Amino acid sequence: MEELQAFFDAYQTTIGFIGINAILALSVWLTLYTGQLTLGNAAFMGIAAYGSALLTLKAGFPFPLALLCGALLAAAISLPLGATVFRLRGVYLAIATLAFGEVVRVAILAIPITGRGQGLVGIPPKTELWHIFASLLVITYVCARLRISSVGRAWSAIREDEVAAASQGIPVRRYKLAAFVLGALIAGWAGGIAAHFNFAIQPDEYGFARAVQILVFAIVGGIPNVIGPIMGAVVLTALPAVLQPLQEYRDILQGAILVIVIVYAPRGLATLLDVRRAARLRHVGAQDVA
Amino acid sequence: MADQIYNAIFIGSIYALFALGFTLVFSVLDILNLAHPALFTLGAFTALFAMQQGVPAALAVVIAFAVCGGAGVLLDRVAFAPLRRRNAPPLSAMISSIGVSLIVIRLIQLKYGPDLQSYPRGSLPADVMTVAGLQIDTLRTVIIGLAVALMVGLTLLVRRSRLGRELRALAENPRAARLLGIDVDRAIAATFFLSAGLGGIAGALYGFATNSPFSQMGLGFELKAFSVMIVGGMGSIPGAVLGAYLLSFGEVASLTFLPSELRDAFAFGLLFIVLLIRPSGILGQRAVDRV
Repeated sequence: MEELQAFFDAYQTTIGFIGINAILALSVWLTLYTGQLTLGNAAFMGIAAYGSALLTLKAGFPFPLALLCGALLAAAISLPLGATVFRLRGVYLAIATLAFGEVVRVAILAIPITGRGQGLVGIPPKTELWHIFASLLVITYVCARLRISSVGRAWSAIREDEVAAASQGIPVRRYKLAAFVLGALIAGWAGGIAAHFNFAIQPDEYGFARAVQILVFAIVGGIPNVIGPIMGAVVLTALPAVLQPLQEYRDILQGAILVIVIVYAPRGLATLLDVRRAARLRHVGAQDVA
Repeated sequence: MADQIYNAIFIGSIYALFALGFTLVFSVLDILNLAHPALFTLGAFTALFAMQQGVPAALAVVIAFAVCGGAGVLLDRVAFAPLRRRNAPPLSAMISSIGVSLIVIRLIQLKYGPDLQSYPRGSLPADVMTVAGLQIDTLRTVIIGLAVALMVGLTLLVRRSRLGRELRALAENPRAARLLGIDVDRAIAATFFLSAGLGGIAGALYGFATNSPFSQMGLGFELKAFSVMIVGGMGSIPGAVLGAYLLSFGEVASLTFLPSELRDAFAFGLLFIVLLIRPSGILGQRAVDRV
């Protein structure tokens, strides 16, 4: 028992980030499952991180309320954004959301209250590990239920064939927008939690690199089901900690794993485990997006 | 004023060289090659390595072109060719290029560390001419001239040569191209060689001009290149050149009314607006995926 406690103390940060990254991976899973490649979730994370941190830091809001306000702010911004960018598809959609992310990063640099380039420091460390994992549990449950609901089937239909889905009377734009806004809300929640886990935040944390990282978690894990993105986040976040002794070669291994997974397990890690069901699951994966 | 225009022409030339290689792969194979910034960085460091062995700068640029071109062909063999055989979508290729990029950058860091480097003293022309009150350094002028020559060369190659015709056929329809007897594998290898080689030259030249190559120097360039490609028209070579200079002039002009840390806002604001108003870009002709 004591050993377990020691383990938790030593790896608390890594364990926390595993959970946070899993939530982020689920946030992008929603749009990927709908067949849309969007890269705006890092920005939504940043918006909520700054929003909630400013609320606890400067306005003295209680932690849960600040988290909620931050996530809602991200969702509120995602709505008009989604309504505009979902006129585009494929790489154009990806690049438009990426550009939005950069605009957010630059906007944070421009607004004095955010501390600009220095970022915000001294954020009260309110996040406990159980907050992270309780959130992950709830979000996983919601995503899993949505996936097997009529909404999830509509998302699948859109991913498989947008025109066919529309001809079946599915309001395609509205369902895409729903996945996008829900993704922003979840990414925002993760952003708020991460900001209060970390003491300090900086605008550069929410840029291109983060957007790509979130995408990679989901794709490497696999998007046929909700376990995939979580697995991807767990493996790719734990790996650097496990590989600590090989620090110098860490990126090389991580890069090699990315290439190997994409080349040899294009449906993601999650489908490798379950060989029997893999054949059935094989119809969804990185294959089907963009 | 004239100083700023000169500067805009210079940085626009680098953007253009970078974006040309990027756009070439996209137009022929529909791949967003996110390892391109890593090849750019590799170019700067290949030149550095060569010059530390006493090779003159001009030859070092040629070596950077050859080494990066070779690396580009290798990149295709390892990370893209297996996906192509399986008919995987562009997203897969993008992710695997991220993996390659991580590896290349780390290999550079293992050799040179994460810090700023500089080229051997005296290996780059340092003289400055004053023409009509304008300070012009030889190095940048040569770089601009070389960049423009490469742009013209690439345009002629794609428009006029046999290889160019093959590439255009491949871009249009790979299956039909193969049926017409085009050696598709060779054409793809040539695409990657040219693309990565140009990226490498861009990196070497940018490294020369700043004289501070470092392992993260490619960061930010891919985002600028997205902007350049979208504004000019995705997959269009003259579009990329036009977009590059529009962007560099816009950035320099925006500095007069925006603080310098907001320079990037111009690129992405422009990108965003063009995407919403005219997603095919200024010179783009291809139909854009729209719902």
